[in-house]
Amino acid sequence: MSTTQDMIVPSFGDEAETGRRLAIICSKGNLDMAYPGLILGNAALGEGVELHLFFTFWGFDMITKGRMENLKFSPVGNTAAHMPMALTPLPGVTKMATHMMQKSLDELEIPPVPEFLDLIKASGGHLWACRLSADMNHLAAEDLYDGIDGIINASDFIEKTEGAQLLFI
Amino acid sequence: MPTTTINGHEVSVDDEGFMTVYDEWDDQIGTALATAIGVDMTDAHWQAIHFLRDDFKAQGVTPTIRRVSTVGGFDTKQLFTLFPKKPAKKMAYIAGLPKPAGCV
Repeated sequence: MSTTQDMIVPSFGDEAETGRRLAIICSKGNLDMAYPGLILGNAALGEGVELHLFFTFWGFDMITKGRMENLKFSPVGNTAAHMPMALTPLPGVTKMATHMMQKSLDELEIPPVPEFLDLIKASGGHLWACRLSADMNHLAAEDLYDGIDGIINASDFIEKTEGAQLLFI
Repeated sequence: MPTTTINGHEVSVDDEGFMTVYDEWDDQIGTALATAIGVDMTDAHWQAIHFLRDDFKAQGVTPTIRRVSTVGGFDTKQLFTLFPKKPAKKMAYIAGLPKPAGCV
């Protein structure tokens, strides 16, 4: 049965200035743990939500020029990899697992980390590098992805994300 | 499935108002849909909308922002300017297509 009615117009939330903001702390440098923050952050931007990504500790690899293209996935200690745990630390296993994951991501047209950061920047996202992580790794702005908005400390981050919803990954 | 009258044509839509029959769409309807959500169509808008239409016809799914950018060659920043805040959904709505299902 069909019903005819006045033109139905979806709400895109333009009238409502919700001011919704999302902050995601990216603290992991494994290939598999780099993507949740990037995917959710990108989705938030597509929904008109203000986004701040903060890269800290191991998550610093996601924005370090020399490392961001070579993140790895290791099945060691990860029962969800569904292989005998005793085999996971063997030489070559991480390389193979990384290769397989990369292939799956490519097949689904999920961009590599640097290109994903380009997409997030072009969509208006903010990228922040952790000051302490930079100091620990002896890295400066020129060692980091060019689109980084700044190297900031923990207090700065808390200040910038006032009222934001927060995810720690 | 409800129908609604847009520009004097009766068209099928889903509960949110997104058109559900590809061939019921034309440029005039696209203009009416754009007006309904406050988008003033220019050549740049039409180029993106026609890419969505062509890509959907070829692929059977609505392209995501990334695909509109990488395959269609449109600048992501510009898409956010043309279709503010929710470009993927707004483009799909104006193009008479379902919302994109892909994550990226």
